[in-house]
Amino acid sequence: MTRNGEFKFSENLPTRHRTGGIWRGIFLAATLTGIVFLSILLLKIVNDSFGYIVVEYGIHPDALAVDGVPIGELPKEDLLLVLQENVTPGRFRTLERELPMEQRSLEDILAIINREVVEPKVAQTWTLSDSLLHKQEIEVYAAENYPEGELYFKAWISWDFITSPQSSDPLYAGIRTAILGSLWLMGVAILFALPMGLGAAIYLEEFASKNWLNGLIRTNINNLAGVPSIIYGILGLAVFVRALEPLTSGAVFGYGDPSTLNGRTILSGGLTLGLLILPIIIINSQEALRAVPSSLREASYGVGATKWQTVWSHVLPSAIPGIMTGSILAFSRAFGETAPLVVIGASTYIVYDPTSVFSKFTALPIQIYQWTSRPQDEFRNLAAAAIIVLLLLLLTMNAVAIFVRNRYSRRY
Amino acid sequence: MEEHLLNNLPAINLKRRSRPKESLIKGFLFFCGFFSIFITLAIVYELAKEALLFFQDPDVTLWGFLTGLTWQPKIGEFGVIPLVTATLVTTAIAMMVAIPLGLAVAIYLSEYASERVRGTIKPVMEVLAGIPTVVYGFFALTFITPVLRSIFGSDVVQIYNTASAGLAMGILILPLIASMTEDALSAVPRSLREGGYSLGATKLEVAVKIVVPAAISGISAAIILGISRAIGETMIVAIAAGAGPNLTLNPFEAAETMTGYMVRISGGDLSYDSIDYNSIFAIGLLLFIVTFILNLISQRIVRHFREVYE
Repeated sequence: MTRNGEFKFSENLPTRHRTGGIWRGIFLAATLTGIVFLSILLLKIVNDSFGYIVVEYGIHPDALAVDGVPIGELPKEDLLLVLQENVTPGRFRTLERELPMEQRSLEDILAIINREVVEPKVAQTWTLSDSLLHKQEIEVYAAENYPEGELYFKAWISWDFITSPQSSDPLYAGIRTAILGSLWLMGVAILFALPMGLGAAIYLEEFASKNWLNGLIRTNINNLAGVPSIIYGILGLAVFVRALEPLTSGAVFGYGDPSTLNGRTILSGGLTLGLLILPIIIINSQEALRAVPSSLREASYGVGATKWQTVWSHVLPSAIPGIMTGSILAFSRAFGETAPLVVIGASTYIVYDPTSVFSKFTALPIQIYQWTSRPQDEFRNLAAAAIIVLLLLLLTMNAVAIFVRNRYSRRY
Repeated sequence: MEEHLLNNLPAINLKRRSRPKESLIKGFLFFCGFFSIFITLAIVYELAKEALLFFQDPDVTLWGFLTGLTWQPKIGEFGVIPLVTATLVTTAIAMMVAIPLGLAVAIYLSEYASERVRGTIKPVMEVLAGIPTVVYGFFALTFITPVLRSIFGSDVVQIYNTASAGLAMGILILPLIASMTEDALSAVPRSLREGGYSLGATKLEVAVKIVVPAAISGISAAIILGISRAIGETMIVAIAAGAGPNLTLNPFEAAETMTGYMVRISGGDLSYDSIDYNSIFAIGLLLFIVTFILNLISQRIVRHFREVYE
């Protein structure tokens, strides 16, 4: 080497190292953005789930107190008097016709007074960070702009929120019907997709020979896993909701009133979600089966077992933890899936708990979508609270999956 | 002596017995395996059938559908270009976020990170990938949009816009690209890296000039799959990108994508046999074909590059 060349080499070496260091920092920064995004997302959701709200009343509840006793502590007779005084006689008769007042419970009458007389309305809401950092300003602002209103700190996510049914009033809306709907959907999807998926995985891993048909099935399953979920939605709409309507509405089983029945039921939704996660379950189960060493199979054949006996008594028991883990992850995917359910026409306003697979339904993600698309702030707060519940449920499912994997899986 | 023993054994029939129960089980397993083909056929059949009805409508022609610049079913204008444009804009924005970040994360995890750092970053990526898309939609509408509006001005950025949807989608797809790319990078044999170091290359030079080019097929497969995911992504655009077709390349304007249109139309009270009902199947067919081809290409590439190093 010439002296000159050596000189150049040592001259640009520091530059190369510096470039290397800079890019290392860039790569690290990019990696940290993932954590930053996740933190912002979670903070944003928590931030929207708590905070001050101003509520304005038609008649302030304190004004309804009888002799200084607040309405919450009044006996039933006095409550009825309060109600009679404050609604028009016609309205009172309508209520009486719906269900006679003697048969109504104390809570029911309180709820009616609240709805018809007190009429609380959310005037404005603040986020958690504003509520903590600008408490004074909010108090001043509320006193100026809503002199009649009441300012208090509300946790949008609460036990009441989880256990009350859906309501058009954001102060009383809850997600019980949505959670129950989601659980019913999962039940149907599991009953359908787990046996089918496991069967397909066993066929492909243990029985299928290498021919063009089985090759086609394998490629096809991988492709199905990549089909957008909304496509499954319109497939479900055309097949389950429309073509199989007598079946999915329950009409052939003599279920319900045929005139109001349609196929937009839990059964249709569950089967659609089942189709959606079938390829994922197959792929995950295949991996679990593949992880079982072939020596186990050979030993079983060696003592004269048939193929099915080998699979049933030796391969499956060893593969079950892996299959469980993969399937739980697939179901957690289905749990958060929204688009196919919107397409097959999940109802958004359901006040009654689903009672069978032929019930109309709403689901937790649908409820979130619905509340998010409303322009008022208070519905955004509800959406954030529902998101926390959804994420906690998903977290639980994933924790169970990890627990199963660590506790039961065997290494070979 | 030996002969004597054998003759005393009870006769064992070693011929294959017929086992009806096992044949039945085998039949069921084959049915399960074959069912996936059936699903694909059902998808293609239903989409094609309803799409055919759509194209039989006197207002609709295939050429007009593919090249028309207005989508106004109410006045009989069925040009899909505005919906496709919006889809492309959101996808492009998503990929501008997901590709550079995804590649950088993958390179860092595969080439630089210690085992402990990988152990923290990978679960974060898995959590990001596992968050339901409706949550990303909420995030786009209630966080990204206000941030964009405060940066660029609320007269420039509309409440519903494709930029916020695209950015949220980018965060969603980032883990997918990162994990697939990392798999591709890890599959590059160690000897290639050692060869680079022995020639005096720095870590960056080895990573960028040797490992990345060697894994380029796997990386492109990841990117293609990411694009396919972005095109088919629904809830984020349905929430944040806006309702109503709008032919624009401006990411700060509201524009409805193909999937957004499908959700809006089917979310309402939809009567069967209407042109609206049929139109979502026509758009669905287009979406299915595009994503199917992209997925197929991606899989081919992955299989090909696996063969190279195995």
